[in-house]
Amino acid sequence: MAEPGVGQAYARLVRAQIRSQTQYRLSFGIDVASCALGTLIEAAVVLVVFRVSPTVGGFGLREVLVMSALAAFAFDLADLLVGNIERLSTYVRKGTLDTILIRPLRVLPQLLATDFALRRVGRVAQSSVLLVAVLVYADIDWTPARVVMLALTPLAGCALFAAVFLLGACVAFWFVESGEIANAFTYGGKEFARYPATIYPGLLRRVFGYGVGLALVGYQPALFLTGHADPLGGPTWLAWSSPAAAALAWTIALLVWRTGIRHYRSTGS
Amino acid sequence: MPGLACSSAPPTPHAARGRDFTMSFASARPLRPDRPPDRRARLYRFGALFGAGFRRWSTYRQAALAGLFTNVVFGVMIYSLLRALADDGRRPGGYDTTQLATYVWVGQGILSVVHVWSWNELADRVRSGDVTADLLRPIDPFEAFLAADLGRAAYAVLARMVVPILAGGLMFTLYIPHRLHTVPLFVLSLTLGTVLSFALRYLVNLGAFWLLDARGLSAVWLLASGVFAGTFFPLRFLPEWAQAVLWFGTPFPGLFQIPLDVLVERPGPAQQIGSVVLQLVWVAILIPLVSRVQRAATDRLVIQGG
Repeated sequence: MAEPGVGQAYARLVRAQIRSQTQYRLSFGIDVASCALGTLIEAAVVLVVFRVSPTVGGFGLREVLVMSALAAFAFDLADLLVGNIERLSTYVRKGTLDTILIRPLRVLPQLLATDFALRRVGRVAQSSVLLVAVLVYADIDWTPARVVMLALTPLAGCALFAAVFLLGACVAFWFVESGEIANAFTYGGKEFARYPATIYPGLLRRVFGYGVGLALVGYQPALFLTGHADPLGGPTWLAWSSPAAAALAWTIALLVWRTGIRHYRSTGS
Repeated sequence: MPGLACSSAPPTPHAARGRDFTMSFASARPLRPDRPPDRRARLYRFGALFGAGFRRWSTYRQAALAGLFTNVVFGVMIYSLLRALADDGRRPGGYDTTQLATYVWVGQGILSVVHVWSWNELADRVRSGDVTADLLRPIDPFEAFLAADLGRAAYAVLARMVVPILAGGLMFTLYIPHRLHTVPLFVLSLTLGTVLSFALRYLVNLGAFWLLDARGLSAVWLLASGVFAGTFFPLRFLPEWAQAVLWFGTPFPGLFQIPLDVLVERPGPAQQIGSVVLQLVWVAILIPLVSRVQRAATDRLVIQGG
């Protein structure tokens, strides 16, 4: 395994990032605050939606708030940990990935450490508070199985979103300017997971919900936690399959990443 | 004589970093080569920069394709949600389902025309010091950047607006405007929305003259423009008082909600024209504000590095 020096090197990279990002104090403060506020506003959107309609896709406010809070927390945590991998396209375009490749450290952890975005801590803090508040409001009938589900879902969801971020970033190895495709699956994925899968047309539901696995992040666990049967007839074990989906997604993402790194040919003249 | 050469030598780096290099660029104005001011030359310059903006963005074809894919995916998702709200014959915010479809799909199309996302070009140039070059040019930087941004918007109309509307039209039923003046009014409203969006983005970037780093302000802008312009949901879903505050207290509805409301004919004919007048009022407020802030900003500019 790694020698003690390696861990220190990563820690040093992260610390350097934190120092550099907090350099312009006022700007950083505004940035953190607005990140946190963003989470709050996204949650308020659900309330606005229920202002104009008593149900959404056959679900009430309680269920939708639970799936929305689960999805938001998983996404924000993934965004904090690996979200900045989307800057990979800049490295590939400018050829600066070379400097990372020649260092005696692993490429992926190095990139994640170098681009660590501290301001997203604000988001994660806000969305965890929100998740707790929503779970209290939803007045869930706690059973041991539901407690396990609650512990499992945010972590598996975070891993799944992280894999999607990584896969999306890998597009840059082949199509340098196509970074926006990834947004459809990352930010789009979050939007998808926030609301009941019943509202989406069949193709989108199959691709995003079960192809990418995003229905396992918010929709299915929320059904399990609130004791609601799936109107689409999905079996209960679907709610338990998020860790398996996350593991599968990571396997694919790492394979694509390896292929991508080997495909990389640098740039410039 | 060696003594003379010594006294005309440049100041030491330490002195240079102080007040000595703090120039007021307002005094650089008389350098304009075209006095007396020539309207035709000004218009020609504006047109040239507009064309340059258009050509610059038209080189990113792959990015435009990727963006279109994302627009279409988001279009389906947002429309699915709004459509679910209109179940059982409800009219959320007073829109029927075809009006909602048009709101979403034309909305996805105009997102990148109006460009409600972050834009850091000027702020980056302030941080790096490159902004000196912009200030020494014989054209007001706001005018120059505006021309380039309108060129960008014109390209976005062709590359980013048409496809989402066609995609939406193929999958769902869109609303066809009934009034004769609606389409020209929409074009005017969209242009004003783009100018408003640019003026606000420029203001955010001017913040870099004080903070050196506009990322914080940029994040606030991103949040405000997203929610208060109506890109998350039509603002008519909000309570009346909140709508009044947003429409009359902030310029944000003018970026997105007003052009779309004009197109789907949500308000009556008088209100339809009135909302475009409201956009005009906001333009008339913001442009003088931008020049005042710009003057204050350039007066306190210290070029970094040196």
